[in-house]
Amino acid sequence: MSASNTESRTVLEALGVTKRFGETLALDGVDLSVSEGDVVAILGPSGSGKSTLVRCLHQLESIDGGAMYLDGELLGFEEHRGGIRPRSDRQIERQRRQMGMVFQQFNLFPHWSVLRNITEAPVKVHGVPMAEARARALELLDRVGLADKADAHPRQLSGGQQQRVAIARAVAPNPRVILFDEPTSALDPELVDEVLAVMKSLASTGITMVVVTHEMAFAREVADRCVFMAGGRVIEEGASAEFFTQPRTERLRSFLSRYSEGQREGEEVQA
Amino acid sequence: MTTPSSTSAGLTVDVANARPRFRPWRVVGGTIIAIILLQVVVFLVTNERLEWDVVAQYLFDPTVLSGLAMTIFLTIVGMVIGSVLGTVIAAGQLSDFAPVRWICQLYVGIFRGIPPLVQLIFWFNLAYLVPRITIGVPFGPELYSWSANDLISPLTAAIIGLSLHEGAYMSEIVRSGILAVDPGQRDAAKAMGFSGRQTFMRVVLPQSMRVIIPPTGSQFIALLKGTSLVSVIAMGDLLHSVQVIYNRTYQVVPLLLVAVVWYLFVVTLLTMGQRRIERYFGRGYDRAATTAPRTGSIRTMLTGAVPLPEPAGGRGVGRGRRTTKGDRR
Ligand SMILES: Nc1ncnc2c1ncn2[C@@H]1O[C@H](COP(=O)(O)OP(=O)(O)OP(=O)(O)O)[C@@H](O)[C@H]1O
Ligand SMILES: [Mg+2]
Repeated sequence: MSASNTESRTVLEALGVTKRFGETLALDGVDLSVSEGDVVAILGPSGSGKSTLVRCLHQLESIDGGAMYLDGELLGFEEHRGGIRPRSDRQIERQRRQMGMVFQQFNLFPHWSVLRNITEAPVKVHGVPMAEARARALELLDRVGLADKADAHPRQLSGGQQQRVAIARAVAPNPRVILFDEPTSALDPELVDEVLAVMKSLASTGITMVVVTHEMAFAREVADRCVFMAGGRVIEEGASAEFFTQPRTERLRSFLSRYSEGQREGEEVQA
Repeated sequence: MTTPSSTSAGLTVDVANARPRFRPWRVVGGTIIAIILLQVVVFLVTNERLEWDVVAQYLFDPTVLSGLAMTIFLTIVGMVIGSVLGTVIAAGQLSDFAPVRWICQLYVGIFRGIPPLVQLIFWFNLAYLVPRITIGVPFGPELYSWSANDLISPLTAAIIGLSLHEGAYMSEIVRSGILAVDPGQRDAAKAMGFSGRQTFMRVVLPQSMRVIIPPTGSQFIALLKGTSLVSVIAMGDLLHSVQVIYNRTYQVVPLLLVAVVWYLFVVTLLTMGQRRIERYFGRGYDRAATTAPRTGSIRTMLTGAVPLPEPAGGRGVGRGRRTTKGDRR
């Protein structure tokens, strides 16, 4: 994949994005550019603004400054009489439909079957015929190894199974890019691998992915590029090969060294 | 499969052969309850002033039955309008547009605060305050106009009064139900491109039902009994109909018993309906709830022996999901 990166176009872009929660400056001028087909891993200590960034990109939170683009279209705002103004709710919903999101806590809809969780968005917001959505959902379930769980309810599944359903749900409407916010952090260690395997196979299909993660091995192996955040800023970014072997900043070096010591808890220490 | 172990005394242990344990305090408690129940039954059967023959005579009296029909009609209409109104007001209270929030909070404050009896009398006498009801351009020409006296009958006054009162209570119930839904659900729905309306109707409301149904059942029953207030504006409800009869025959106690029997009958039906609805909306939440062993029979009460539950199929995946682990915030 990396070979074609130079020619491929930018799908998702953030320019100087800032986000404030009261006094806290959660994002402090974040720049991010995601090329088509790329897998971008976002790493960083707890509280560095990784979740906030993906939530802002998906317009689950509003931003206070900067700009974000999806396929060159300004997200959340539109030009109006020589200035810009917020888009209508319908426009924002239309933009959201072009992206998918996978949450740390899965957030499957517990009152619907697994199948309906996956078909609902294609049918109800994208206007796909039910039969078609169903066939695709079953095919996706097969791909994530849960073909036999179509009629189960989410609470009857293990965490790893729920997250695999959540991934199928995000993929179903064929989004331009899928955002993952720590998809394996709420899972028991023995369930992490099954989810990472699904994500890895998803990456190989060429779909664009932005993955907030603490799984260094996954980032190193699957991601094309890595972004290191701390204190609401992007400290360092680069192709994953160099990112791990030749970190340029001291902060990234100490962050990585804590992981190589095998301390998963290292992420809790504020950089 | 079983390999019985042995105690120090050399006894072979298998708990399947255990004898039930004798629990003396349960015997004492059970006896006291039985005595009290017996006394109540004796009182009900032997007290001649209850005049059960008169109760039987009027139980299916056409006046009583039409009163019962009116009570049920008012309860259902009040509940339907109240629930719709309550849901709208609850959504309004959670709106991010402040004036909508304020007006909804004001509504709840007023209609929950004024006793329903006062509201009924007020609506019944609306014509005194507002002789004509007009639809038109504000401060401009009239389009339609009615005399309030034609519009407000005892029936419309009762429906308006009960529905508005019910709406205020229901909005608080619905609001707490909405707040009980995990915010992650709203995020997920929005992330999928659902509109605010779709998110509310398809994701938030169905899940809040589990929390909304039990207090709504109580509310339904409270409204059923609350309709007896409309007798003050001469609406022919159940209570009013027995009053009409005992004002003529002076058989106050048996006729009130007629009303009591019907109220209890309808309340029992409602409670049974509520349990069914609870089970329906609880699906997908707790698998244990439907398979839990029933305790509390006389035998288990005395011995403490609980029938063994069927072993659950497969291993209990997903039950012990650790959700706090990743929450470092
Ligand atoms: N809804 C909110 N209200 C107030 N402050 C918030 C909110 N969400 C995030 N923050 C703050 O913004 C900062 C960034 O938080 P964020 O959740 O984005 O960090 P993170 O990098 O995802 O951390 P973690 O690895 O623990 O998930 C933190 O200081 C956090 O306290
Ligand atoms: Mg986070």
